[in-house]
Amino acid sequence: MRPKAVVAMSGGVDSSVAAALLKDAGYDVIGIMLKLWKGRAANNESGCCSVDAAEDARRVAQVLDFPFYVLNFADEFDRTVVGDFTAGYASGLTPNPCVTCNRTIKFRTLLSRARAYGADLFATGHYARVEETAAGFRLMRANDRSKDQSYVLYMLGQVELAMTRFPVGEYSKPEIRDIAASLGLRTAGKPDSQDICFVPNGDTHAFLRERVPAGSQPGPILNAAGESLGTHRGYAHYTLGQRRGLGLGTGLPLYVREIRPSDNVVVVAGREHMSVRTMHLRDVSFVRPRKQMFRTSVITRYRGAEAMATVQTAEATARVEFDEPQPLAAPGQSAVFYDGDEVLGGGTILSAA
Amino acid sequence: MIYLDYAATTPILEEVLQEMLPYQRQFFGNPSSVYAAGREAKKGLEEARERVAGAIGALPSEIIFTSGGTEADNMALKGAAFSHRSRGNHIVTTSIEHHAVLHTAEWLEKQGFRVTFLPVSRDGVVDLDALSASLSSETVLVSVMLANNEVGSIQPLSQVSKIVRERCRAVLHTDAVQGLGKIPIDLGKLGFDMASFAAHKLGGPKGVGALWVRHKTVIEPISHGGGQERGMRSGTPNVAGVVGFGKAAEIAQREVEGEAARLGSLRDRLQAAILSSIAEVEVNASGAPRLPGTLSMCIKGVEGESLLLMLDSKGVAASSGSACASGSLDPSHVLMAMGIPPEMAHGSLRFSLGRSSAATDVDKAVEVLTQVVGRLRSIAPITVGSG
Repeated sequence: MRPKAVVAMSGGVDSSVAAALLKDAGYDVIGIMLKLWKGRAANNESGCCSVDAAEDARRVAQVLDFPFYVLNFADEFDRTVVGDFTAGYASGLTPNPCVTCNRTIKFRTLLSRARAYGADLFATGHYARVEETAAGFRLMRANDRSKDQSYVLYMLGQVELAMTRFPVGEYSKPEIRDIAASLGLRTAGKPDSQDICFVPNGDTHAFLRERVPAGSQPGPILNAAGESLGTHRGYAHYTLGQRRGLGLGTGLPLYVREIRPSDNVVVVAGREHMSVRTMHLRDVSFVRPRKQMFRTSVITRYRGAEAMATVQTAEATARVEFDEPQPLAAPGQSAVFYDGDEVLGGGTILSAA
Repeated sequence: MIYLDYAATTPILEEVLQEMLPYQRQFFGNPSSVYAAGREAKKGLEEARERVAGAIGALPSEIIFTSGGTEADNMALKGAAFSHRSRGNHIVTTSIEHHAVLHTAEWLEKQGFRVTFLPVSRDGVVDLDALSASLSSETVLVSVMLANNEVGSIQPLSQVSKIVRERCRAVLHTDAVQGLGKIPIDLGKLGFDMASFAAHKLGGPKGVGALWVRHKTVIEPISHGGGQERGMRSGTPNVAGVVGFGKAAEIAQREVEGEAARLGSLRDRLQAAILSSIAEVEVNASGAPRLPGTLSMCIKGVEGESLLLMLDSKGVAASSGSACASGSLDPSHVLMAMGIPPEMAHGSLRFSLGRSSAATDVDKAVEVLTQVVGRLRSIAPITVGSG
């Protein structure tokens, strides 16, 4: 019997080709799309989860000749991913919903479903790689560094990686489009998606006004001395470290230094107050078991720069001590540990000082 | 493949297909044309009209051919609502109708009509007291399905018409799509004014249906053009399809009683075997008169979509709830209306039997289902990042 692979399909070119590559490698492929949104698609017409996206993915499955199903995860998605997103902004954080989705929906619920369906392998269209070594499975950056998505996959452990593969991670984006075109897949020329999949038209502010009304009330922008410099449009609409869009007429560049939901205040400060040496993380996990203290390179936002640090862990928390002062990272985002191209693990930023 | 989704659609019967083929080639004429090829097509059309009428106890002139059940439902609801608007703006239907009725009624609400969606019992039968209480002189249309597509519950149409006739002058419509070919239908006795049918549910082709409109019942046409079908449904008719529908209706009329008995006992065998081999299964609408070939269940602790996927991978075709445009499943409005708790409704599964279903299919389906449910119940989600 041929091995069976479940491929999570979004209707885009990457997951289409992931399925094609596994089919070509001799797997019996089952394509699955997750319907994550209730009612009609929240996003623009070509967005993930839309009827059009489902039709595109289904057509790819027809052309490549494997069964395709849409599973309704709308309730769980709303409860976990959207709930975490809105609760995060309501408490002044800058959450990363893709990380939450990977942690809960894709690599927990869907992966366990795939296992129940008898799958030997679970694949997505992420740009990353999994290497099997004597010391266990390693999670690696994609070969195409410009498309690397390993940052949002750091929460995967040995259990998940044992059956997970990212077939497109070996290729560059142009190569993936070429493969799709050569197979006659209608998704070959689809543009990359950029926005958060559940935020209509990419308008995060409008979404937050609706879902986080308490964080969308105007309030004062103060400096460190407590003097009012202006009015903000709701604390949930700001991110720590943000400079642009503050609407302050002062000459010196000012940055968001603190978001205080308790009294609806946004505190700004000059550049000299915006660097940190230490970060605290929660929900820390590792791809392979690590020592309690180790040296590593750290990234604190998607496509962010690497910085060397010493990490000290305790249970699921960690303290990150940078070698050099670093720009303030936004709590709620993920800090991911790298050793060269290998992802060691990471956690959610709790605070930085 | 073991096909157990006859309520969704049926394979075309060989005799039906053979009867249709000449109308795709030699009798290709437009039935409205005067020359011989047109007359042949017209003849096929009218013969089919007689057959369909005969199968449901109606007059041929009362049959309007449509593109299917959905168009017939739209025609009936919109046509009656707009035609009788001057008398009142109240419409009554049930909360377990097919979306073709439900969404049409919701659209009519947006056009200014007031719509009552009647509750149903736990067994999926319309609440007659609620019907009685809802009616007024303003009520111009009452639409109650003959039998529910998801759970198979047969509605008490004679009582519905009796209650409505005593109270008001509303036009009475029934979506009979699931009934034709499965149970004997005699429209003359039901006391209704309109009924919708679809050919592909009884071994006919897809894309053909009919609306029966009793003589002297006036409805407004909803499409306009060449005035075919006595002005009610403009457009060149799908002659071959209609001919196929006629043949399928004729066969259904001849065989419905025997088939109903056979499928009823086959369904009972299926139900008994599932209940004895799988724990925590609830049969839906078990306390109501049901379509003989329909078995709807809720299986605790499993997701309906996972069930369907795994049944499919093992060659068993079944269905669950109703599918939306993307192909994913939303919680069934029928099960919700019946008051089935959401956690049970998520594990809903429908097997529906038909002409080719045999005892061996039923036994094999039970074996596969038992296996699949066992596997799904044994696997609990794990925690990501456990190292």
